[in-house]
Amino acid sequence: MNYNWNWGVFFQETPEGGTQYWQLLWDGLLWTLGVSAVSWLIAMVLGAIIGTIRTTDHAWLVRLGNGWVELFRNIPLLVQMFLWYFVVPEFIPPLKRWMIATDPIYAQFLAAVLCLGLFTSARIAEQVRAGIQSLPRGQRNAGLAIGLTQPQVYRYVLLPMAFRIIIPPLTSETMNLIKNSSIALTIGLAELTFRSREIGEYTFNFFEAFTAATLIYVVIAMTANRVMAFVERRVGVPGYIGGR
Amino acid sequence: MNLDFSVVTQSLPYLWKGMQYTLQLTVTAALGGLFFGTLLALARLSPIKWLSNLAAAYVNLMRSVPLVLVIFWFFFLVPLILQSVTGAERPPQVGAERTALITFILFEAAYFCEIMRAGIQSIPKGQVNAAYALGLNYRQTMMQIVLPQAFRNMLPVLLTQTIILFQDTSLVYVISATDFVGAAAKVAQRDSRLVEMYLFVALVFFLICWSLSYLVKRLQRKIAIVR
Repeated sequence: MNYNWNWGVFFQETPEGGTQYWQLLWDGLLWTLGVSAVSWLIAMVLGAIIGTIRTTDHAWLVRLGNGWVELFRNIPLLVQMFLWYFVVPEFIPPLKRWMIATDPIYAQFLAAVLCLGLFTSARIAEQVRAGIQSLPRGQRNAGLAIGLTQPQVYRYVLLPMAFRIIIPPLTSETMNLIKNSSIALTIGLAELTFRSREIGEYTFNFFEAFTAATLIYVVIAMTANRVMAFVERRVGVPGYIGGR
Repeated sequence: MNLDFSVVTQSLPYLWKGMQYTLQLTVTAALGGLFFGTLLALARLSPIKWLSNLAAAYVNLMRSVPLVLVIFWFFFLVPLILQSVTGAERPPQVGAERTALITFILFEAAYFCEIMRAGIQSIPKGQVNAAYALGLNYRQTMMQIVLPQAFRNMLPVLLTQTIILFQDTSLVYVISATDFVGAAAKVAQRDSRLVEMYLFVALVFFLICWSLSYLVKRLQRKIAIVR
């Protein structure tokens, strides 16, 4: 292959001057982590609520939860990203005005975070529901028998158990979320993948730029894996496989 | 704001062309991914240490990198690789559509590998031992005993993965390939009708994926083996 190797490219100055290419990557990494962190919070809160209501015995709550999951699961994430960035503001004039007036990066961040947060919430809801339904029926009945109300049964008995059981699938959803945040580049958000392609386009050192981004993603994935394995060991339910 | 969906009806033939490419990409990537994924799964389960490590490394690498980045990687690498294979003077023009095919086959292979591995591991060890006791060799055991059962057990999961793949093919947008979403985006930008176009695209995807996953659920109940 005739390719001009240049691993020193990251310490060259960008055309704008004053910054070096590694700083672009670093900046992109921070956006990737920022978008992922905020969407993760949205996804966990909404996912816990939606997943929980799908296990209640109110038919309309269950239907609402099922509808939520089906809606976000059956439309490609890229299309959802376009909907949040291009379509939703058209229906909310004040939001549209704000998006035009503000720095585009804030508008992109808001759209990306809402899109990824709601998309992931549907997937987490599915895990939470499965976790709650995997618990023996006796747990709920025992909770009710000692006089807890329905919300208390969820708060003190079912959810603490369910969340500890579903840590492994939540780990892979978290990693999916970090990977999916790269789709925000389609609305112009300058995250890690965006920056690595930008460096490639400026310098034609695509190989080095993509290698750097790939390594960073692998490190993120391995770190997330280790952290969650640690959490899993700490909170594992005694008596279950994987518990202490 | 005033919505005008005539932009959708006028561009239907063009959108259908895009959808044909999306379907072609989905089916090819699913079949190719299943073929290479099964080979990878056999490699991962192989007692030959270096082979199983190599397969594991490939699968883990593919699964820890975003698909968008993988698409960029191949868009850049495929011409260079073809150039070094054919010995041409300049990198050949492969085009976004064909690059996408190669990318998705190799990317999906990693995901189908994990499904097939789970499927193979779900087969009781007695089946393999019985096959060997009958005098079948490794190839016959796998082809005639283990893989057909693994495939059958995993069929719903394989189909679900294919529905996800169908949605993921929309990401070829990033290399400007004209799939369904790409075609819609081009018309939307030309006519400044983003709202109508993207709503239509979302609706089409929702209807297709929703009914397909409903069918998969029914199939799952139908083919479930009574144990």
